[in-house]
Amino acid sequence: MSALAHVPSRSSGSATSSGRVGRRRATPYLLLLPGMAWLVVFFAVPMAFLASQSLQQGNIETGYVLTWDWQNYVSAFGNYWPQFSRSLYYAGVATVLTFLIGYPLAYAIAFKSGRWKNVLLVMVIAPFFTSFLIRTLAWQTILTTNGWVVRFLRDVGLMHLFQLAHLVNNNVVLGSQLAVITGLTYNFIPFMVLPLYASLERIDIRLLEAAGDLYAKPWTGFRKVTLPLSMPGVVAGTLLTFIPAAGDYINSTLLGNPDTTMIGQVIDAQFLRVLDYPTAAALSFTLMVTIVVMVMVYVRRAGTEELV
Amino acid sequence: MAATTTVASATRPAPPRRRRKSPLAWTREHIVSLAAAAAFLYIMLPNIVVIVFSFNLPNGRYNYAWTRFSLNAWLHPCADPAMCQALGLSLKIGVAATVIATALGTLVAFALARHRFRGRAMTNLLIFMPMATPEVVMGSSLLTLFVNLRLALGATTILIAHIMFCLSFVVVTVKARVQSLDPRLEQAAMDLYANETQTFWRVTLPLVAPGIAAAALLSFSLSFDDYIITNFNSSPSSVTFPMYVWGAAQRGTPVQINVIGTLMFIIAIGAVAVGQLVGRRRRGA
Repeated sequence: MSALAHVPSRSSGSATSSGRVGRRRATPYLLLLPGMAWLVVFFAVPMAFLASQSLQQGNIETGYVLTWDWQNYVSAFGNYWPQFSRSLYYAGVATVLTFLIGYPLAYAIAFKSGRWKNVLLVMVIAPFFTSFLIRTLAWQTILTTNGWVVRFLRDVGLMHLFQLAHLVNNNVVLGSQLAVITGLTYNFIPFMVLPLYASLERIDIRLLEAAGDLYAKPWTGFRKVTLPLSMPGVVAGTLLTFIPAAGDYINSTLLGNPDTTMIGQVIDAQFLRVLDYPTAAALSFTLMVTIVVMVMVYVRRAGTEELV
Repeated sequence: MAATTTVASATRPAPPRRRRKSPLAWTREHIVSLAAAAAFLYIMLPNIVVIVFSFNLPNGRYNYAWTRFSLNAWLHPCADPAMCQALGLSLKIGVAATVIATALGTLVAFALARHRFRGRAMTNLLIFMPMATPEVVMGSSLLTLFVNLRLALGATTILIAHIMFCLSFVVVTVKARVQSLDPRLEQAAMDLYANETQTFWRVTLPLVAPGIAAAALLSFSLSFDDYIITNFNSSPSSVTFPMYVWGAAQRGTPVQINVIGTLMFIIAIGAVAVGQLVGRRRRGA
């Protein structure tokens, strides 16, 4: 109804009364109010509570007092720096791998699938409608010690390489870095493929033809035309992969070992089992700030502003 | 590099074939398709395992190694009543979160797509932030809110959290659809003496409906599948399906979990296929 306010304005002209103008001005705020109120109360306010909690002292029985004690941050980092940096490292590796795997897939769907485009797109997304946890448990089955995947890796000698790179322990894949990264990469592929596909699909094929006509070699055409034009998708895809991967702890819990613990596991344990809220809040808030800063730097360097 | 071999072959007229290509040349030419096929296999592998192992009859408590074929789990899906109870709770929360998040998010999407107002940048930021925040941070911050307000954790707090993280995705999905509408369609309705209300209900809304449906489907799957945020905001008496699966991973995985996983896969493909068919028929009409 009033969502259309701008459409009739052209035809109704002078008939517009001042009352209608007033209503029109209020309309966007009325539309925004319930949704934005929800986000303020249940997203923004909790962030403030988290920040405040991280600077408090006390325990769950006697209650907490805000002491502006930065010691929580110092001790949290002293104790959990390895898990923190490991999370960013695993998320980074997984993001690069999802890009390397996802780009050819998005490219093939966008340019080479013809009338199967929609079917293929569905086939790429649909697997991820099966529960995240169930699929991650399936990786336990796939990577099991005497499974065909592990035997194959052993037979072609890749296992030896992985062992040299300390990606696996004692030739066992399950419960290793390799398994955690495999799971992370797998679980976040659709977050990479969909934005990539969206930006590749929008590319005007005539631009590539023009590059070819101007004697650009195929690889040059890709590097100078296709890749730059797909940058919005690359930026969105890498962000949508990196951010959840850095906070994820399902993969590292189900597929890893104590040496692959990620920061999410620590936050979960500190909040829900140790009940050390200030330490947990300090870790959680730092993760948030780290990611926001990384995202801002990255987006600025990649030069893409319109993300939403 | 070969990404481009294919571009070239698609865009330039193919040179007349002179001799049979060597396998190496063939691989070079099709390397993008081969890489895509490998990626596809990687994506499908866990689902294939889930489906195959739903027909397993394992010896121990864990359904990790293939033992022998059985329809047992399919015939007795609720052998563990706790699982079906958890499934019921997840469905209820999923439907409620979807309805509320879709309604609120659609309103916001219309405001952003159709109106100018002060505070647009702040609004965009507030919508973008939940998508750019790791789940563990959102879950733990909500927990500190609920603990500080002394709100009892349970199904209600889970629902509040799910609506929160579904909202942004609804806004983005519906907004894209509203922005892609051809304004001339609405102008035509107005020219034909439809008033604003009629135009909205009979032209705008039907045109935006596919976007709203997609947003609702996305919301439901996000809510139904969420473990991390839910884990921070639930109580032992409010166990959702993902939480049940997590617990099962520690004490023994019933085969029935794979039955549910298989059903979810089939329903998802079915839902999208129906959507495609409806879309095609509309376009054809």
